[in-house]
Amino acid sequence: MTMSLTPTIRVQSEDFDLQKEVDKLTAGRTDIGAVVTFSGLCRDEGGALSALELEHYPGMAEAEMRRIAELAIERFSLQGLTAIHRYGKIAPGENIVLVIAASPHRQAAFDGANFVMDFLKTSAPFWKKEHAASGEARGWVPAKDADDSARDRWSKITESPARGG
Amino acid sequence: MKVKLVYFAWVRERLDKPEEELDLPETVVTVADLLAHLKTLGEEYETALQHENVIRVAINQEHAEHDEPIAGAREIGIFPPMTGG
Repeated sequence: MTMSLTPTIRVQSEDFDLQKEVDKLTAGRTDIGAVVTFSGLCRDEGGALSALELEHYPGMAEAEMRRIAELAIERFSLQGLTAIHRYGKIAPGENIVLVIAASPHRQAAFDGANFVMDFLKTSAPFWKKEHAASGEARGWVPAKDADDSARDRWSKITESPARGG
Repeated sequence: MKVKLVYFAWVRERLDKPEEELDLPETVVTVADLLAHLKTLGEEYETALQHENVIRVAINQEHAEHDEPIAGAREIGIFPPMTGG
């Protein structure tokens, strides 16, 4: 039986510190063997963008991230999971999103972080608006079919047994 | 039925409001009925909701399909496909 585990979920305008968040997740633990950290950053698209503006649905964003995190914890028997998503205006080079997954061996941590990101992109209520280098708003980023495909592949993959790390 | 509607991203911009409270007629049963009803409320609704198949809806902050009933909804979110992460 796995112990129930509460993921750390945050939606915030301020930046986050990768190392601090990893330290918080692993503090006092001697059973964790693998920590996978994914961070998503704002790109300038070859100098075309001055910022991305992230809008979110307060309340639902957190609830949906928590739901996804709980699915990942159960599916990959994770020992710890942190998901942080920023909102507001974010400049190129700055952090947008952070996912940390911890498990006894590496495969579950890699898969867990990957799974959370794939679902987060398609079902957590966030929207990106581009701001051009001139400062003008360029419009909303269109949703990509590739993101739906990335999410859907998880329903085709059969449960993988825990492997050595 | 009185319900709070909340709008996001380009749906919010095209309607020029983040939220509103509406009293819905009893004929509005499903999410699809709601979208059809909203489109009768003015040109801005028609524009915002013209591509109905891409419009996403959440009932009480949970994703809902277009054929789902809206009974019991306190808050209904209407927005484009999500692009976070």
